[in-house]
Amino acid sequence: MQKRCGAQTVLFANPVGIMAAASIVGPKEGEGPLGAKFDRVEKDPMLGVESWEKAESELVKAAAKAAAEKARVAMDDFDYIIAGDLMNQSTGSIFGLRETMRPYLGIFGACSAIGEGMSIGGMLIDGGFASKVLCLASSHFCSAEKQFRFPLEFGSQRPPTSSWTVTGAAGVVLGAAAGPSVMGCTTGKMIDMGVKDAHNMGAAMAGAAADTIAAHFEDASRTADYYDLIITGDLGYVGQELLLELMKKKGHDIAHKHRDCGIEIFDRNTQDTHSGGSGCACSGVVFAAFFLERMKSGEIGRILFVPTGALMSPVSVQQGESIPGIAHAVVIENVRTCGQ
Amino acid sequence: MNMSKKEYGEMVKKASPNSRLVSNCVKAFVVGGLICTFGQVLYAMFGALGAGREMSGTLVAVSLIFLAILATGIGKYDDLAKFAGAGAGVPITGFANAVAAPAIEFKKEGYVMGVGAKMFLIAGPVIVYGTLSSMVVGLIYYFVR
Repeated sequence: MQKRCGAQTVLFANPVGIMAAASIVGPKEGEGPLGAKFDRVEKDPMLGVESWEKAESELVKAAAKAAAEKARVAMDDFDYIIAGDLMNQSTGSIFGLRETMRPYLGIFGACSAIGEGMSIGGMLIDGGFASKVLCLASSHFCSAEKQFRFPLEFGSQRPPTSSWTVTGAAGVVLGAAAGPSVMGCTTGKMIDMGVKDAHNMGAAMAGAAADTIAAHFEDASRTADYYDLIITGDLGYVGQELLLELMKKKGHDIAHKHRDCGIEIFDRNTQDTHSGGSGCACSGVVFAAFFLERMKSGEIGRILFVPTGALMSPVSVQQGESIPGIAHAVVIENVRTCGQ
Repeated sequence: MNMSKKEYGEMVKKASPNSRLVSNCVKAFVVGGLICTFGQVLYAMFGALGAGREMSGTLVAVSLIFLAILATGIGKYDDLAKFAGAGAGVPITGFANAVAAPAIEFKKEGYVMGVGAKMFLIAGPVIVYGTLSSMVVGLIYYFVR
């Protein structure tokens, strides 16, 4: 069976089950509107270790363990662990997973990591190269501030277009299971809309999200009607407005179906998060704790999950480069029987 | 995508809310003014205690720097700066915060490559260009006088 479908999309021969997903978050996320839904809310943003980077690794470790336990899979049974974060050289993922002793694929897609991981994991399983894959994504507000912006205690103001990096980690176990399953994916192209403002990542990513969603519709001969919800990663309020406008220009009205994890995770009126949440953990934990649960309860049946990433580094921004965006779409549907 | 970067830039501008310029300026003016007034009060106090003009000035600077670093250390200065913006950034207290904050943040990387090397991450340019511009002004003054 031809699985490749159009320029960017693959549709799997068999559904790849989502055996379980786990979410661990920091205190601010716990105070947000989804607070009660996360598997664990850490009270101490430093998690009892001595640096932000180590704290992020602790989150990764905890999410991996929690996801494996929820899926009832022993760590040793994973054929691959795929993980991504925002730190230089994947510090968060590597030092959280170095003791797992499982085949490891480190990825970088900025905040689109969980979408990239689930795409690769799904293809590995549907290709017959693996039967169980653990996908992880993490970010930490403080380690991200330290790397990308200013030291935490430095006094500065954040513009209204800026987003708030989510502290947390998400783990998604792919394998054989009925219920919500990955049916395919559309891998995004890097789209550079010429945005240079690192405080407006929603604007930098909206073009990529629109491009990937439109490419998915084209490749799979679908429209927004096929899905109950189209869920982007961390476009925030600014990026959402731009995405809807760009999609309209492409002839697709997705306004009533669109949700954004960055908008869902914080209450912007009480939590001072400006344009919304961001970071690799943002789409990961909101998917795991909120949208996946809504699928399991049968409330929604089909989603297009589109984690988004702003592909920049502090160096590229300082050298005046514009920020390329990326978005990876993952098709998730409720299936009655176990496919694999 | 058949849309130029310029067209998209216009779209972005429309979708992006602006900072509240007027209220930010008022807050900066009031808080910055209060910090300076506080410095003036200290100056008068040190003067009354018998310190000369120059000594009082030095003591004011030292006191403000100490208080700013203390506030940075207990995690309060960034809250003040978030509210007051340039009002907390421009006075000498802002400079102290800019040195103390990276010193705290990068302590995990050790006292040499962390604290020592990164302490002037933000304040460094101020020192470099402050020195440079005072040299230029000094030269101009020398010839024009």
